Amino acid sequence: MNELDTLYQELILEHYKHPRNREPLEGDFITHENPSCGDSLRLKIEWEGSDRIKRIVFDGHGCAISIASASIMTELLSGETVQNAERICTKAIAFLRGESKASTDAGDSSDSRHSGDPVDLGDLQALAGVRLFPLRVKCATLAWHGIEKELKAQGEVDRP
Amino acid sequence: MYTLKTGKFPLLEANPNLVYLDNASTTQKPDSVIRAITEYYQTSNANVHRSVYRLAEASTRAFEDARSRVARFIGAFSSKEIVFTRGTTEALNLIAHSMVRTFLDPGDVIIVTQMDHHSNIVPFWLAAQERGYHLRFWPINPNGELDLEDLESLWSDRVKIVALPHVSNVLGTVNPVSSIASFVHDRGAFLVLDAAQSAGHGPFDVSQLGCDVAAFSGHKMYGPMGIGVLWAKEEILRALVPFQGGGEMIDTVTETSVTFNDPPYRFEAGTPNVEGAVGLAAAMDFLDSIDRKRIFAEEEELARYGVRILSSIPDLTLYGKAAERAPLFTFNLEGVHSHDLAQFLDSRYIAVRSGHHCAQPLLRRLGASTAVRASLGIYNTKKDIDRLALALEEARRYFR
Ligand SMILES: Cc1ncc(COP(=O)(O)O)c(C=O)c1O
Repeated sequence: MNELDTLYQELILEHYKHPRNREPLEGDFITHENPSCGDSLRLKIEWEGSDRIKRIVFDGHGCAISIASASIMTELLSGETVQNAERICTKAIAFLRGESKASTDAGDSSDSRHSGDPVDLGDLQALAGVRLFPLRVKCATLAWHGIEKELKAQGEVDRP
Repeated sequence: MYTLKTGKFPLLEANPNLVYLDNASTTQKPDSVIRAITEYYQTSNANVHRSVYRLAEASTRAFEDARSRVARFIGAFSSKEIVFTRGTTEALNLIAHSMVRTFLDPGDVIIVTQMDHHSNIVPFWLAAQERGYHLRFWPINPNGELDLEDLESLWSDRVKIVALPHVSNVLGTVNPVSSIASFVHDRGAFLVLDAAQSAGHGPFDVSQLGCDVAAFSGHKMYGPMGIGVLWAKEEILRALVPFQGGGEMIDTVTETSVTFNDPPYRFEAGTPNVEGAVGLAAAMDFLDSIDRKRIFAEEEELARYGVRILSSIPDLTLYGKAAERAPLFTFNLEGVHSHDLAQFLDSRYIAVRSGHHCAQPLLRRLGASTAVRASLGIYNTKKDIDRLALALEEARRYFR
């Protein structure tokens, strides 16, 4: 595989062309941006009870990497408890930054603190190629940093 | 990729497959420039204006010769009008700082254009915020040009400074500086010219252009990074209050008073970039050895060719339709984000810039958040445009 195809794996282009859980979001949402790239995302969390994410919806525009990553993020986190979602976020960001090797790595400290199941990053593994392109890492992490912030912010107010 | 006309560019020679189309960001350097810098350090390095030993004299001479070279290159009246800076950005910050403090009162108006680079907006914005001036934007017309009628309708007798780019770094528009200068001078204001995209691309003569101030960067005209020029008419420089304080810019310093040196030294605080000035002078020799009229003619031809080729690509939006334009093309391909496109082009050894090009107000006006820009230099040919066009067609298929 050439370098370009390592970055734009078929699965990534497929998520980019047909993003999951992307719907127009009107109204009062925080915009998460990479101003230098013009990537811009809005996120909405739909809750199931007070502790479980029913679904995440996103809207916005950006490059293939940022859109595919957002699409995968909504798939991975929908249905998860907040605690699990936060663990997955930490894992995902470390993975995209190249700080952890494979997505099923067990050994790092953030995992041993929560004695949950090993995290499976699913389709996100197809984004491993961004590590070869340091300038693109922030495209891939945008949705993840965004949802991390939203989860934290919503943890501080009462959830419906 | 370059022809013999241009002399040797070691980086391009080492990368024969590379199509370098990011010249508006920075150009590659000819070996004569690289040699001049090395030679300076090998033969003449010492601090300038400070000591009497022979080496210091040699260094000072190299620096002052470079200043005279710049004056000749841009048609300045004297080398006293040449202030060395770090680049266009520092020159514009200097002028914004010192001009407003010298000539403006609170409530006065500064006009910049919708096609300005952030470095010609933000320094004036900062001054306006801090000191109570009004900043107004001269809008572009649908072709990406500036119309004097629009300036007229913005005008009031509080307008003191008009600042604009000679050539837009996004639209490629070449602005009619001398007619704008007459308009501005008839109404008693100053014209500040951001010449970052023009000084190295053909004849560039400040007395013909008629502006009061001009700023440009060495690295965009085949010279080194970290050196640039602020040119202003001598009587303006004489009037201006200083920008930075430090060595060389002063006359006498006591515990209770400071008096300032004459221009240009008043505006050159601290040890200057001598290597940069020497390299810039070498770049100017290089450009003149090719003949700037010829460079201009060839770039005009490349601009026409590029517009024709790129306009024929389906789903491609080319921004700016100015009649007078530089070989600099900013565009988007529908359905492909500019970063993905630039990444794809890189895989075909074509170097272009993607992003907002430090011109967010303009991009917003164009209805784009980002775009790709291909900008040509002296070593580029029609073949490079053909290769770009081919790769763009490929990219369309890849991402759709
Ligand atoms: C029109 C214009 N003005 C100013 C600048 C700033 O130049 P520099 O970064 O060399 O100071 C640039 C370069 O990016 C430019 O294109």
